[in-house]
Amino acid sequence: MRSLTRLGGTLRAIAPLARRIVDGATSGIDDWMTGKLGEEFNERLARVPLNLTATGVDEFGLDPQWTKYALASVAFLHRKYFRTEIFGKEHVPAGRVLLISNHSGQIPIDAALIGASLFMDVEPPRFTRAMVEKWTQTLPFVSLLFARVGQVVGVPENAKRLLESDEALLVFPEGARGISKSFDQRYNLVDFGLGFMRLALETGTPIIPVAVIGGEEQYISIGNFASLAKLLRMPTMPILPQLLLPFGALPLPTRYRIYFGEPMRFEGDPDDDDAVIEEKVFVVKATIQSMINRGLKARKSVFF
Amino acid sequence: MADLTRPSQRPPSSPPQSSAQARSQRGPGSIPPNAMPKAAALPRGTGTILVTGACGRLGKHVVRIQHRERRVIGVDRRPFPDKPKDVVHEQVDIRRKKLKDLFRAEPIEAVIHLGVMHDPRASQAEHHSWNVAGFQKLLEYVAHFQVPKLVVLSSANVYGPQPDNAQFLTEDAPLLGGARFSEIRDLIEVDMLAQGFFWKHPETETVILRPVHIVGAVHNAASNFMRLPTIPTLLGFDPMVQIVHESDVVRAIGRALAPGQRGIYNVAGPDPLPLSHIVKILGKPSIPIPYTFGRALLKRLWALRLTTFPAPELDHIRYVCMVDDRRSREDLGYEPEVAIEETVRSVELESW
Repeated sequence: MRSLTRLGGTLRAIAPLARRIVDGATSGIDDWMTGKLGEEFNERLARVPLNLTATGVDEFGLDPQWTKYALASVAFLHRKYFRTEIFGKEHVPAGRVLLISNHSGQIPIDAALIGASLFMDVEPPRFTRAMVEKWTQTLPFVSLLFARVGQVVGVPENAKRLLESDEALLVFPEGARGISKSFDQRYNLVDFGLGFMRLALETGTPIIPVAVIGGEEQYISIGNFASLAKLLRMPTMPILPQLLLPFGALPLPTRYRIYFGEPMRFEGDPDDDDAVIEEKVFVVKATIQSMINRGLKARKSVFF
Repeated sequence: MADLTRPSQRPPSSPPQSSAQARSQRGPGSIPPNAMPKAAALPRGTGTILVTGACGRLGKHVVRIQHRERRVIGVDRRPFPDKPKDVVHEQVDIRRKKLKDLFRAEPIEAVIHLGVMHDPRASQAEHHSWNVAGFQKLLEYVAHFQVPKLVVLSSANVYGPQPDNAQFLTEDAPLLGGARFSEIRDLIEVDMLAQGFFWKHPETETVILRPVHIVGAVHNAASNFMRLPTIPTLLGFDPMVQIVHESDVVRAIGRALAPGQRGIYNVAGPDPLPLSHIVKILGKPSIPIPYTFGRALLKRLWALRLTTFPAPELDHIRYVCMVDDRRSREDLGYEPEVAIEETVRSVELESW
């Protein structure tokens, strides 16, 4: 305990110096960011609707400062690396909204890019909230980062609360099965969960179907190493031959295309039988699948 | 266990009287004042109250607020050195027969049960005997002498910090606190006993309060943690936490005493904040420690009796355990009054 105190004292002594370095670094990064992304980035940042508490974070732990830097780095991927094209951005309403998207790409870059387009392209700019696997909460740094940039644990109570405070909520009803599709199954939607539809019915939220194209080709997966995944307690463990190449850990620079569909509104009892809810979910799934198919047909090249 | 937590969704297990059933359909906490025939018959809100655990920091605080308006009997096996003159202090163990004499001697209008022991160093058997057997005795007397009001101070810790917790747990969330930290099981049992009593004895208005981490002059794990000269945190974890000032809890207890109030209520303080902001407000240095190393170290320190924090409590600075207090705000009319900065700094003040 005494050594702890002494260590604390040392920390206190170097704290002002560390603070000065950090402050210098952040203002430097801020200037650089403004130079790269333009004044528009800061201007949009100021217009994002937020419900902050007295200590400067929202009740789910979103910190606008963290989100700013996260968005800035995603903005680079969005504009320069994946050169995302957005279609139908006028369909996204200003109030509460559920964005239902196909999931692809082994790591959730699709979520980051949808988040970036909602901030950089859609009017008014928003911070997208998404639901993350419960498992991620047990990981140091990951859980912290997710909370600070507005990602919440995937339980229905959280989703309901976010929609009630008029946030934009991104849901991938395919879940982890969707993101780890192998290459031969690309762009074929797997079964949708029903939770999002019950949520939409309960909170009277419009659903925006979203089709993301380009994610399936960023990492070519030839299968799933299920036993290793189980051993590491991870949801999946895709087999990615490209990891053996130099710089293979980077996703391939495919061109992303994000299609926002027209709002879909559903009515009914949120506690209805699965069969009844399933019918409604099927309508959404069919819409997304046909948006994907049309997008794939319109696409001339995977990379351009 | 999950469905036990919300009486309003379950039919009462015992065949209820017609009046009890009518009440139960509206759920806990939804009775308008004076809706009960008994409440109308008695001049309520002025009678004697009995406070168990009156000599704890929180107990003293409750006694000092309540004795201004009504007669207060404090029960605790510890002495009460600086008690207000008009407060009667009975130095008895709640497991002893003498407690019954207190009920027999005069009509008690309300019982506030604060006397829960949570000393991680004490043995399991002692814990169980005090917390569960003692509380059962108390419930027996409340039922036998038809005390119209019972307020039980449980804790939001009964929900337990879990990686898959909803950000804000409602009163019907399952009580999983014992899953990772077995020493808290008897606190869950106390909560469950009180819930059972709520249904079996509709003639007593039972209120169960589940406050988040109480801070202030109190000596509990949360306050002691914040008093450490250097605050250890877990590397890469910074959960949102809720704390409430002890005087706000005392205020919530006061609200719960109002005639007509019954049910289970989460009690939260001002806005939630990340643990790192608490450290910042306190202006103390902190050391981030990797979880596996921290856990092993804490276990060793615990075995050597160098720390008062058992290793499973690390989950509180790792995962979220926050509550939704909308029900207590709406039904009890409770509102925390101490601002967040003041609440955080209150651990530094030794007396009030």
